[in-house]
Amino acid sequence: MTFVRRTAVAGVGATDFSKNSGRSELRLAAEAVCAALDDAGLTPADVNGLVTYTQDTNQEISVAREVGVGDLTFFSRVHYGGGAACGTVMQAAMAVATGVADVVVCYRAFNERSGRRFGQPDARLGGEPSSQGLEMSWHVPYGLMTPAAWVAMFARRYMHTYGATSEDFGRVAVAMRRHAATNPAAWFHGQPITLDEHQSSRWIVEPLHLLDCCQESDGAVALVVTSLERARDLRRSPAVIAAAAQGAGAGQAMMTSYYRDDMSGLPEMGVVARGLWAQSGLTPADVQAAILYDHFTPFVLSQLEELGFCGRGEARHFIADGGIELDGRLPVNPHGGQLGEAYIHGMNGIAEAVRQLRGTSVNQLQDVTNILVTAGTGVPTSGLILTRD
Amino acid sequence: MTTVSDGDLEALAERLIAEGEVRGEPAADPVNLPMIRHWVDAMGDTNPIYTDPVFAAAGVHGEIVAPPAMAQVWTMPGPRGGKTTRSTVDDLLAAVNAAGYTGVVATNCEQTYHRYARLGDLLTPATRLTSMIGPKLTALGQGYFVTWNVTWYDADGEPVTEMLFRVLKFRPRTRGESGNGAASREAAATAAREAASRPAAPGATAQAEGGGPAKGSAGPGSGGGRRPYPLKPAKNQDTEFFWEGVAAGELRIQRCGDCGALRHPPGPMCLACRSTATGYTVAAGTGEVYSYVVHHHPPVPGRETPFVVAVVALPEGVRVVGNVVDCAPEDVGIGLPVRVTFQAMDDELTLPMWTPLDEPAGGTR
Repeated sequence: MTFVRRTAVAGVGATDFSKNSGRSELRLAAEAVCAALDDAGLTPADVNGLVTYTQDTNQEISVAREVGVGDLTFFSRVHYGGGAACGTVMQAAMAVATGVADVVVCYRAFNERSGRRFGQPDARLGGEPSSQGLEMSWHVPYGLMTPAAWVAMFARRYMHTYGATSEDFGRVAVAMRRHAATNPAAWFHGQPITLDEHQSSRWIVEPLHLLDCCQESDGAVALVVTSLERARDLRRSPAVIAAAAQGAGAGQAMMTSYYRDDMSGLPEMGVVARGLWAQSGLTPADVQAAILYDHFTPFVLSQLEELGFCGRGEARHFIADGGIELDGRLPVNPHGGQLGEAYIHGMNGIAEAVRQLRGTSVNQLQDVTNILVTAGTGVPTSGLILTRD
Repeated sequence: MTTVSDGDLEALAERLIAEGEVRGEPAADPVNLPMIRHWVDAMGDTNPIYTDPVFAAAGVHGEIVAPPAMAQVWTMPGPRGGKTTRSTVDDLLAAVNAAGYTGVVATNCEQTYHRYARLGDLLTPATRLTSMIGPKLTALGQGYFVTWNVTWYDADGEPVTEMLFRVLKFRPRTRGESGNGAASREAAATAAREAASRPAAPGATAQAEGGGPAKGSAGPGSGGGRRPYPLKPAKNQDTEFFWEGVAAGELRIQRCGDCGALRHPPGPMCLACRSTATGYTVAAGTGEVYSYVVHHHPPVPGRETPFVVAVVALPEGVRVVGNVVDCAPEDVGIGLPVRVTFQAMDDELTLPMWTPLDEPAGGTR
C-alpha cells in the first residue's frame, strides 16, 4: 500500500507571478487548478481529492465549486506555513495509494504581496493564548517578529560556529538571480545581481541583507497527483514519487527553535532527509539537481548539510565557484527559486522539478533522472524525491 | 534573589551623592521666541509679556522674557533622546530598577526662580543627587524616595532656575498579594500615568523607565498617560508566573517541583519526569549572548530601529530571548556577558532585557 514509486505528479499548472495580481485569491486558485488539469489531460470531473495549506484562504469546497469538481472523498490541509509544500503531495499520494481518492489536486494560491504580506510585523502573532500564540509570546514582545529576524538569529550562530560569512550567503542569492535571469516566468527575469550588489544592499535584519531575502509575490500553483498506472496513460510523462516525507524535530518551534540544540542546523530537515533516502533507496550521489526552499539564503547552506550533499559546516565550500549554479556540482533551483522566480510558498519549486524530469524547463539541465525538493525551513517541513518513469 | 540588593543600592546612592553636582550638556538652542510661542500656546498662557516685543518693552523687564516654568523645556531631550551625558540620577535609577523597584510615581517638584530667562540666554543644567530614603512601605508597595536637584546656569555661570524633584520608586505588587490588590494596582497605574505625563528632570525618569527600545512610544509628555505598548504576550496558566515575576523584578525559570529540572520556555509538564508539579526559581540574572540580530527593517510597532534581540544563555542552563539595551548594536557579540534589567513598556507590561555586564569582579552585584 506504499505510495513510493506507485504514485506520480501528472500535471502542473500556475498563474502568472506578480506583485499585484488584481484578482481574488480564489480566482488564482481556480486558474491554477484548471491549468494543472489541462496539463495532465484531465477534467474537474476526474478529481475527488483536494489538499492545500492551513494558511491558504481558499477552502477545498470553494475551489471545488469554482472549477466544477463534484464529489470529494478526500480533503486535507497541511500546517506550518511553507513547510507544507511537499507535505501536500505526500498526503495526496497517501490518499491515492490507499484508495481513498483517485485524482488529488494540491494547490496554493495567495496575494502575498498585494494582500497580506508575511514579511510585515503582525502584532496579533502573540495575541492568542493558543500553543502557537504562547510560543510567539517569548519573542514578539521584544520585536522579534518577522521571518527575516527569526532566520537571522540562526544565521548569526551558523556563521559563528562554522566561519561562514555574509558573502557565502550572497553566493546563493547570486546563483538564484542568475537562474531567474533566463526564466521569462520569473519576476527577476533579465535582472541578475553581483556579489558586490548583494553586499551593498541595505540591512534588513543583521546579518541578513535585503538580497538575502526572497521577494513577496502574488500567484498560484497546482499539482495533480494520481497513481503511476493512471499517469502513464495521461498526456505528460509522469514524475514518479520516489519518496515523500514530513519532519519535525525534537524541541521544534515555529521559526524560533532557539532552545534545543546548538542552533547551527535544521534537525527537522534531517528527519525529512532520512525519510527520503530510506524510502527511495537513493543517496545524494544519485540526485542530479535539487529544489531547495530559499526564502532566506542561510538555510540553503544548512539544507545542503542536513540532506547529506556535504558535511556539517562545509556548505560554504560546496556552493563556492558556482557549485549550485546550472553548470555546478549540484544545480539548485534552475527556475531561480523564491529569491528569483516567485515566492509561492515552495509550490513553484515542485512544478520546476516536474518540468526538469519532463525536459521542458526553460533552464533545462542535462540528464536529470532524480530530483530532490524541499519545503519551508525553520518550521516543521517536508520533502520529495521525484524521478523519471 | 535579584541582581542588586538593598544594601548595594544604599552604598551606591551614598557614592553617587558624594559626587555632588554633575554638569549636563548645554541647551541645543538659546532661549528663543518660537519655542516660547509654542509653549504658551500649549499652556494657554496669553500674557503678552512673553510674546509681544512692544508690550514687553514697556514692562518691568524692558524686553521679552521666558515663562519661568519653561526652565526644563530648554534642555529637555526629545523623545528620541539626544546628546546626553552621564548623570548620577540615571545611574542610581537604573540600579533601583534592576533591584526590582520598577514602579515610579513623581511626588514632588519645587522650582526656585533666581531670575527670568531672556531671549539669547544659553542654559546649562547641572544635576545633584541629594538623597535616597527607604525602603518604605507605601500604599503602592515597598519603595525608595529618590530626590535630586537641577540647577540651570547661564553663560556667566549664574543660576537662573533651581528645581527639586522627588520620585517614589516602588516594587509593584503582584496579583494575589495581601491587601487590596486590584485597588492598589489601579492606583499604581494612575500614579505611573501621572508620573509619565509630568515633566521630570532632564533625561531622568524618561530614560530610566521608557528609554532604550521604546523611545518615543513610552516616554513622558505624550499626554494623558503612556501609549499602550502594542506587542503584548499571550499568557496562560503555564506561563503567568513568568510575567508576574518580571513585574516584580524577578527573572523566573520554571523548576520541576519533583525532580528539580529547569526549563524555558515554560510549559505544563516537566520535560524530564512529566511531573505537573511546576514551580520556579529566580535566575541569578546574568547570562551570555548566544546569538543575536540587529533589526533594521521593516518598522516594528512600538520600537525604534535599529534594535538588538538576543538569545541569552543563562548559567542555570536555559536560554532566554530578550533585547540587549544600553549599548550600541556594534558592541554586541556572541559571548558578551550581560545582566538582566527590567523595563516598563507601558502601564501594564514590563519586559526583562539585557545590558552589558562590563563591570569587574567585586562591583555592586
